[in-house]
Amino acid sequence: MSQTEWPLWEVFIRARRGLGHLHVGSLRAADTTMALQHARDLYTRRGEGVSIWVVPTDAIGASSPDEKDPLFDPAMDKVYRLPSYYRMPEGAERL
Amino acid sequence: MNEKAVAYVLRLGDDALVAAQRMAALATWAPQLEEDVALANIALDLLGQARALLTYAGELEGQGRDEDLLAYRRDEHEFTSALLVEQPDTDFAATMVKLLFFSAYQRLLYEELSAGDDETLAAIAAKSVKEVAYHLSHACAWTVRLGDGTEESKRRMQTAVDELWPYTHELFASDSVWRGYGFDPAGLRERWLGIVEPVLAEATLERPVDDWAPTGGRDGLHTEHFGYLVGEMQSLHRAHEGVSW
Amino acid sequence: MDPRASQPAFIPGAAELLAEVEAAESLLDQRGPAGAAAPAGGEEADLLAHFEAVIAADAKIEPRDWVPAGYRESLIRQIAQHAHSEIVGMQPESNWITRAPSLKRKAILLAKVQDEAGHGLYLYSVAESLGANRESLLTALHDGKQKYLNFINYPTLTWGDVGALAWLTDGAAVVNQVPLCRSSYGPYARAMVRVCKEESFHHRQGFDLLWTLSQGSPAQHTMAQEAVNRWWGPALAMFGPPHRDSTHSEKSMAWRIKRFTNDELRQRFVDITVPQAEILGLTLPDPALAWNSERGHYDFTPPDYEELKRVVAGNGPCNRQRLARRRQAHEQGEWVRAAAAAHAAKHSREDAA
Ligand SMILES: [Fe+2]
Ligand SMILES: [Fe+2]
Ligand SMILES: [Fe+2]
Repeated sequence: MSQTEWPLWEVFIRARRGLGHLHVGSLRAADTTMALQHARDLYTRRGEGVSIWVVPTDAIGASSPDEKDPLFDPAMDKVYRLPSYYRMPEGAERL
Repeated sequence: MNEKAVAYVLRLGDDALVAAQRMAALATWAPQLEEDVALANIALDLLGQARALLTYAGELEGQGRDEDLLAYRRDEHEFTSALLVEQPDTDFAATMVKLLFFSAYQRLLYEELSAGDDETLAAIAAKSVKEVAYHLSHACAWTVRLGDGTEESKRRMQTAVDELWPYTHELFASDSVWRGYGFDPAGLRERWLGIVEPVLAEATLERPVDDWAPTGGRDGLHTEHFGYLVGEMQSLHRAHEGVSW
Repeated sequence: MDPRASQPAFIPGAAELLAEVEAAESLLDQRGPAGAAAPAGGEEADLLAHFEAVIAADAKIEPRDWVPAGYRESLIRQIAQHAHSEIVGMQPESNWITRAPSLKRKAILLAKVQDEAGHGLYLYSVAESLGANRESLLTALHDGKQKYLNFINYPTLTWGDVGALAWLTDGAAVVNQVPLCRSSYGPYARAMVRVCKEESFHHRQGFDLLWTLSQGSPAQHTMAQEAVNRWWGPALAMFGPPHRDSTHSEKSMAWRIKRFTNDELRQRFVDITVPQAEILGLTLPDPALAWNSERGHYDFTPPDYEELKRVVAGNGPCNRQRLARRRQAHEQGEWVRAAAAAHAAKHSREDAA
């Protein structure tokens, strides 16, 4: 990486109110203002968003695929967390 | 026909058109790909403003001239844009300083016009003021970065500020057209300085002294750069009479 | 007179391609097969088996997954070449922005050229998610070590070329890229959905531009026809050498980085384009072009592959000019990039203090 290469930022866009921010890609920018302006110009040219987050790629802690088992498998056997686990008797509505 | 209104709206339309033509010519030349996208957005905004304003000027005139006849079939001396917007983009510093000066001016003027009596003009101004507010913040951010960046960037920025400053006076030079319709920008200089001076200060750039103040653009007397700009813009359109594109 | 009044609303083949993009997009939204988890800190053989299982299930590979080095290299090469094509490809069209013959066309053309910069950025972003670095990819482009598509090395001599380039080469790009919306690499597939939707605007505006010229004055019609004559060959050649001579094809097909052969895609492009030319009232410069009812496809003369080789090797009409300009723009921007980096460094220190 050369001296002048700007850092990488990850861009998250909220498409409309009621939705969460979704990762859409990355860009390079020297500072936060620039990252936000570029994200707006690059990822919302067709009105794709109402809110933007930019996060320095370096600042993201990510689970590695190797950890997939310990991190996510425990959730797989707790089916009792899902509403569909419970069979409702006839007539019990609006639960 | 309201001649005063036509002349007034044409000035606004020509400013936007010439600024758009200059900015659009920078496609593929930006210092970073992201900035290429940003400059094109700004050019597209300005072009949209030019189209709305020229269309409206043509309607006010009532001679059947549309945006294209006004853009492509007038001669150089019939354009009444300010000298500032036709200045060449000698480097990225010139582009950003020009954008800073021009978008600060546009923002103030459009703000006034959006509250004016002419409903059509007010609607165009109200839409445009949001666009130019963004252009202004883009230009401010770059002015500060480059003014307070490296020695080279500071030198380039100061040169651009010094070279372009004289052309800002014309934006606020009152005459019968400005006084005859809409809002006279003559009164906006102080507020304009109120935007621009703090940005230059934050950018550690010197605010030039007010001395030379060239004018002429509003009367169709342009700098030598302008003939090339118009000639290039109109060349293809003028080569074919009476056709659609 | 608004030429749109009588413009055909239907562009044969265009809606079909867009529907495929949308189908690929909805597949991405569905929860795919979760796939067995990668073995933690596994042996290379286990990791490879897992990778192959994901590919076989038609599931997506995501950025931090273990992948064979060859998969990573092939993808980076393919994506970089694509990204470079987007950004160098801005040049032939930007050549006409300042001279566009109406303000509406000027706006459309600028928006299109801007989109291409955007496509370049989406793609560099995908390449960076694979561990490549944009600056190094640009250096490889500037040094001539990585290529971009052949057609970009031809000149846009008239306004007609602007239309023909978009109709034919953006059209070819759509045919080429629609299958990539199902690429096995998730970020690439997602980026391609976005790119293809935007490309279809490019393709249509080119068609619209040419249609207006074709219906216009005799001089305009000639301008359109001559441009189509110039761009047909380069557009056909965009699909690359015939499958039998293609160096990277086999492995790329197996990894689902690529889904059809060059020849299949070229045929598809011809089949879609011939009826469009008829509606445009323009001819395609190939006397051998004819419907073959047995094959259910059009027969056509293959492009000049020797010319393709020459152009890819750097000896097309504009190769040197295009690269020189790309380098110049980059070098010219160096002081700006350096200044912004210096400013950010100064101010993050101030913020910390
Ligand atoms: Fe493309
Ligand atoms: Fe593209
Ligand atoms: Fe395109």
